Amino acid sequence: MNTNSLVSIADLGKEQILRLLESARFFEEHPNHKVLDGKVVATLFFEPSTRTRLSFETAVNRLGGRVIGFSDASTTSSSKGETLKDTIKMVSNYVDLIIMRHYLEGAARYATEVTDTPVVNAGDGANQHPSQTMLDLYSILKTQGTLENLTITLVGDLKYGRTVHSLLMAMKYFKPRFRFVACDELRMPREYVEFCREQGIPFEEHTELTRKVIDSSDIIYMTRVQRERFADLDEYERVKDFYTLRDSMLDTSKPNLRILHPLPRVNEIDQDVDDNPKAYYFDQARNGLFAREAIICHALGIDVEQLKKETLKEA
Amino acid sequence: MSNSKKELAVAALRDGTVIDHIPSDALFKCVKILGLTNMEHQLTIGNNLASERLGLGTKGIIKVADVFFPEAMLNRIALVAPTAVVNIIRDYEVAEKRPVALPATIRGIVKCDNAKCITNNEPMATRFDAVEDKPGHIRCYYCGHVVANQHATLI
Repeated sequence: MNTNSLVSIADLGKEQILRLLESARFFEEHPNHKVLDGKVVATLFFEPSTRTRLSFETAVNRLGGRVIGFSDASTTSSSKGETLKDTIKMVSNYVDLIIMRHYLEGAARYATEVTDTPVVNAGDGANQHPSQTMLDLYSILKTQGTLENLTITLVGDLKYGRTVHSLLMAMKYFKPRFRFVACDELRMPREYVEFCREQGIPFEEHTELTRKVIDSSDIIYMTRVQRERFADLDEYERVKDFYTLRDSMLDTSKPNLRILHPLPRVNEIDQDVDDNPKAYYFDQARNGLFAREAIICHALGIDVEQLKKETLKEA
Repeated sequence: MSNSKKELAVAALRDGTVIDHIPSDALFKCVKILGLTNMEHQLTIGNNLASERLGLGTKGIIKVADVFFPEAMLNRIALVAPTAVVNIIRDYEVAEKRPVALPATIRGIVKCDNAKCITNNEPMATRFDAVEDKPGHIRCYYCGHVVANQHATLI
């Protein structure tokens, strides 16, 4: 296995996370660097995901590398019954880095075992999506100036939303306070609640997104409540609008508050929030590019610190 | 029950392995984990025997003549029978007696209950790790699914 692979945010310690965020900041200031000149990167999307794929492929292009891959497994030999192992081994012969998304949980971890080529997990089922977590952390750092001692409110589908689970775990290093806002069906799973207790992270659970909760938050992280998660559709109809954020609800919020959302959004954030300067979700998506440039360099063992020094010298 | 009858239930071995104090409901799982169904050596399996140990209810016992299992293999049964005790018999004497201890990593004997786990969809071995902060539970190394030891599905 290649030790630079990134499968889960839990693979990274605090120092590594901070270093990646520093790299992301550098790439935001200087997005174009031909450090991948002559390198080929595979983007293997066994499950379609336009946003994540385009963001990764843009990152490779801005770093001067070339991309091969597929965005739909039905056009590949995995549809003929080829095992994941064989696909990964075959692709490893051609490329310097594999970026993969798969519908099965644990697929990326398994891929790291069958190849020495570094693997970056771009999402494996409901399991892990570390580049999303990195861009979320970068967005928080950028908007708040720090990751320490923040009050973060997670809203919507806290049961199945892997982005909120990974964010919660990555924030353990930074003394956060959490609020979990969800209906009973979509409550934060017990294992994550226990995780907070074990880590000594203070949290409150709410079933409504009240003004009091909003007004004391530094970050509100909205997620989509999906109809298909409900056994009882009447229940869905009942709760779906509880978790819709509207511009008027932000009147008395803190000036530093920012609204995040992993996107795609449906109706959990009203369109009228978009023009509020506290709406940050589109910038957040843009930050994904810089976070992914940092992750790609990390996976390929490229020293961004050195790159920074050289860039400063040239300037 | 007379002494002689008690002894009959656990007839003496000259050389081999005796696994005692297996909870009755875990006995056949241990048989499966150790792969005893295809064993050609003399094998005695007893179940629902009276147990003197507190809280065990009844127990099961496995005796295999002339076989000395690798320790790592015996330790796997700690998954379902953490109370089990292994006796190594040489020339009718107990040469070694030790409890079983669950290894930190278990490969190949537990099936992941998550249908969307890669291990259920690729020809590959499963791997579970003991959950450090949750004793009595194991976690799938691949998908992260956690299961209580006694509820683990055996392959």
